[in-house]
Amino acid sequence: MDWIPQIFRRRKFYEDLSEEIRLHIEERTEQLMCDGMSAEEAMRAARRAFGNRTLLEERSREVWQWPTLESIGADLRFALRQLRRSPGFAVIAVLTLALAIGANAVVFAVLNGLFLRPLNVPHGETLYALQRGNDTYIAQSYPDYLDLRDRNRSFDGLAAYNISQVALDTGNNPASVWGYETSGNYFDELGVRPYLGRFFNASDEHGLNSAPYIVLTYGYWHSYFQDDQGVVGRQVLLNKHPFTILGVAPPDFHGTLLIFSPNFFVPMVNGEQIDGENFLNARGTRWVFEVLGHLKPGVSSAQATADLNSVGSYLEKSYPKDDGKSSFSLVRPGLHGDFFAPAIRAFLAGLMVLAGLILLAACANLGSLFAARAADRRREVALRLALGSTRTRILRQLLTEALLISVAGGAAGLVASVILLRRLNMWQPFPQFPMNIPVSPDANVYLVALLLAIVSGLLFGIVPVRQVFKSNPYEIVKAGSSARIGRRLTVRDLLIVLQIAICAVLVTSSMVAVRGLARSLHANFGFEPQDTLLVDTNLAMAGYPPDKMATMQRQMMDATRAIPGVNSVGLVDTPPLHMGWNLSYVFSDHATDLRTPNALAQAIEYRISPEYLQAAKTALLAGRNFNWHDDENAPRVAVINREFARKIFANRSQAIGEHFKMPDGKLVQVAGIVEDGKYTANLAEDPQPAMFLPIKQFPASETCLVVRSGRDSEQLVAAIRGTLRDLDPGLPAFIQTWNEEMNGALFASRMATVSLGLLGVMGAMLSITGIFGMAAYSVGKRLRELGIRIALGAQRKEVLHAALGRAFKLLAVGSIAGLALGLLATRVLAYIVYQATPRDPLVLAGVVVAMALLGLVATWIPAQRALSVNPLILLRED
Amino acid sequence: MPIANKAMTETDSRDLFPGALEMMILESLRREPAHGYALVQHIQQRSNNLLQVEEGSLYPALQRLLKTKLVKAEWELSSTNRRVRTYQITAAGLRHLEQQISTFERMFEGISLVLNPG
Repeated sequence: MDWIPQIFRRRKFYEDLSEEIRLHIEERTEQLMCDGMSAEEAMRAARRAFGNRTLLEERSREVWQWPTLESIGADLRFALRQLRRSPGFAVIAVLTLALAIGANAVVFAVLNGLFLRPLNVPHGETLYALQRGNDTYIAQSYPDYLDLRDRNRSFDGLAAYNISQVALDTGNNPASVWGYETSGNYFDELGVRPYLGRFFNASDEHGLNSAPYIVLTYGYWHSYFQDDQGVVGRQVLLNKHPFTILGVAPPDFHGTLLIFSPNFFVPMVNGEQIDGENFLNARGTRWVFEVLGHLKPGVSSAQATADLNSVGSYLEKSYPKDDGKSSFSLVRPGLHGDFFAPAIRAFLAGLMVLAGLILLAACANLGSLFAARAADRRREVALRLALGSTRTRILRQLLTEALLISVAGGAAGLVASVILLRRLNMWQPFPQFPMNIPVSPDANVYLVALLLAIVSGLLFGIVPVRQVFKSNPYEIVKAGSSARIGRRLTVRDLLIVLQIAICAVLVTSSMVAVRGLARSLHANFGFEPQDTLLVDTNLAMAGYPPDKMATMQRQMMDATRAIPGVNSVGLVDTPPLHMGWNLSYVFSDHATDLRTPNALAQAIEYRISPEYLQAAKTALLAGRNFNWHDDENAPRVAVINREFARKIFANRSQAIGEHFKMPDGKLVQVAGIVEDGKYTANLAEDPQPAMFLPIKQFPASETCLVVRSGRDSEQLVAAIRGTLRDLDPGLPAFIQTWNEEMNGALFASRMATVSLGLLGVMGAMLSITGIFGMAAYSVGKRLRELGIRIALGAQRKEVLHAALGRAFKLLAVGSIAGLALGLLATRVLAYIVYQATPRDPLVLAGVVVAMALLGLVATWIPAQRALSVNPLILLRED
Repeated sequence: MPIANKAMTETDSRDLFPGALEMMILESLRREPAHGYALVQHIQQRSNNLLQVEEGSLYPALQRLLKTKLVKAEWELSSTNRRVRTYQITAAGLRHLEQQISTFERMFEGISLVLNPG
């Protein structure tokens, strides 16, 4: 192990060596002088006899070094020195890469957090959720869950959970909070251990309402109970029913659905107290949000599916009325199977492709900058070759420089993305839902960023290689570095065109997205969200029995209507463009077999008060609206939308007075027809059949008051709160404007627009640096030529044409290619962004103008430089 | 141009086979310790100036020998009162030299047989 002292003694070795060589040459010189040479002659002869001193000395020193490691160190130092000499280039290059790699790291981290990383529970990789056949909705009924749990042989156990909202009261302060109703075995099946106290388990359940226990999540305990260790054993009221706090879940456990972060867990057997209704025995009501469990070791998912299907055929045979065709498949939990996952996955994959394009554009950008630099350094390279350096050595040096920049850029990008991801992790985009976006970066993300940095470094570092290999040192040293202005298309030109094309794609897609969103915000929703407040209350939370609810709802409406400045008040169970909606099957009036395959259609169902249509400004096209006499004693009626009439009754004039059947077999008569609207949380939806039912005939405990008023919303909110408190101080209400509420529904398309917009801005920035780099370089190269042109009397226009003509030509070619590609890509966008149409003249014009502007901005400085050339000074210089 | 170019990149343009210079240095040092300049003189004289060694190429070789501990070096004053760094062969160096010489002789014999058949 004598290399360690060697490192420290090395300096001494080197000094000895230099001294020795100096003395050697001195001795030879003296010798030659003794032979009769003049001092000067002798010195020269001695040096000649010695050979290339620098090279020999270096080679002598190399003996003491770890050859590669240390020469890499030397390369690094040299690269740093080179970069310090052109700080502008270095900063632009690092920033460009930081931007590109940061964008990739962020998108990848989201992809990683949502899809690649298993749920954060022990053995998360063997955790699967059950999905029914081809149905993308994976909910089950409670009796079916019990059968699946007890009859399967493939899972360690099956747990179930449902999401619900309750009023939690620790003493006259009911607040509306979100949580899970879970099966008793939930925590045991997941293998999660409590942070404080204990969890409930299967042995706590003894039938309906037998386990009034609640477990808090760490976050809720931390913020609502201020980390009070004494909460265990305390009683709280959930919807006025007493529950005992058993314990607190660990900090990193946020339930089994990504993104949504519950506040508490209660046993499902007490669901009646939470939901106001007992569904435990309703085999036909699929309200259990998700059933999931760990596969037994050694059981493949195919075996498990077969096993579940045999349970399915048992269900089919035993309960033909409630369980039609029952086949199952396994899906990853976390994004609720195929319900959310495919859309999010498609979106993220699209973003990943765009981010990849950004990186590619950045690489093209840097590649052309590097090629230009290498061309400028031809003399240096030639000199080094002439002095005996090898080509590999020079290449390694160029690559070291590229890698240095790419790693620095990657590191900077990663730091920026980590900051962004931390904020994204804490982000609460919806005031009414506790969120947890699990995108905190892990080793995977760091690794991907590093890999991307290295790969892109190699990618753009390799561009000038051919140049170096082809160069002939003698010619270059002889001819000097004067540029030959080639008319030939060079690799650099191609790179610029590629880069501009990519940027134009990004700019096009972001414009399409922004335009789509802008238009969608002015689309016809089938209601008018302006000047409207939504007051969300759930009477079940305040302990109202079902028979008292209608009266209270009427009272709330009347009291709110009495507030000065309120124009109209209506009631709806779930407003359209809410994040959730109710679907119901609709059957023909003479149908007898009411199983889902026989349904005519699935319609979105709204339960409304007669005043709702007026308050929401939904236009009645034909027939009549409800009135309060359409109550439980009157024949059932509905107001349907145009699409419903078209789909089920073929003709709207005939629809009035016709009948259809609900899944429970009750006959409903069509009273009126309203305009179509947007209903689900996707503005891009096709027209959907919808029906509006009178709330007196179809009661609901959770409702929204739709309050239309020209008054300032803040004052109005206070007034409404006061009014409701007077009616019942124990009723929590969530109030927001309809537009705010719709932000939730429009969240996806907003996110899409924001991300695409950001990528577009990045693309624009990249094309500016790219064009700028090329224009500045070509002007710098041709200053002398331009000077001569000016001296010979060229006009400004001609000078500009000579200096920048090529840049603009490349810009035009790249933009056109990019625009064409971007328009093709927009077809994909139309899937996410409402009304994203590529054939929009405004978008086309916008892209052309944007690219031209970018070109102008980017070439402004080089153009100024070209115009201000002073021929005299320039010509004198050489 | 390609020829000139080739010559320029031929960095290890030793005109001897690898290890030859080291062998000669060791052999010289076996006779008597010497500093670099004296070694060059010695090798050139002994070879009747047939081997035109670039003087400087001695030093990388010397460093290699130093590193592998086949020689050791010390600063001292020469007989002509110059400050010189004198190299001395070590025991390991002697062993190495013997080995090299025998290998070389065998190789030389082989080459001779090929070049002068019959």
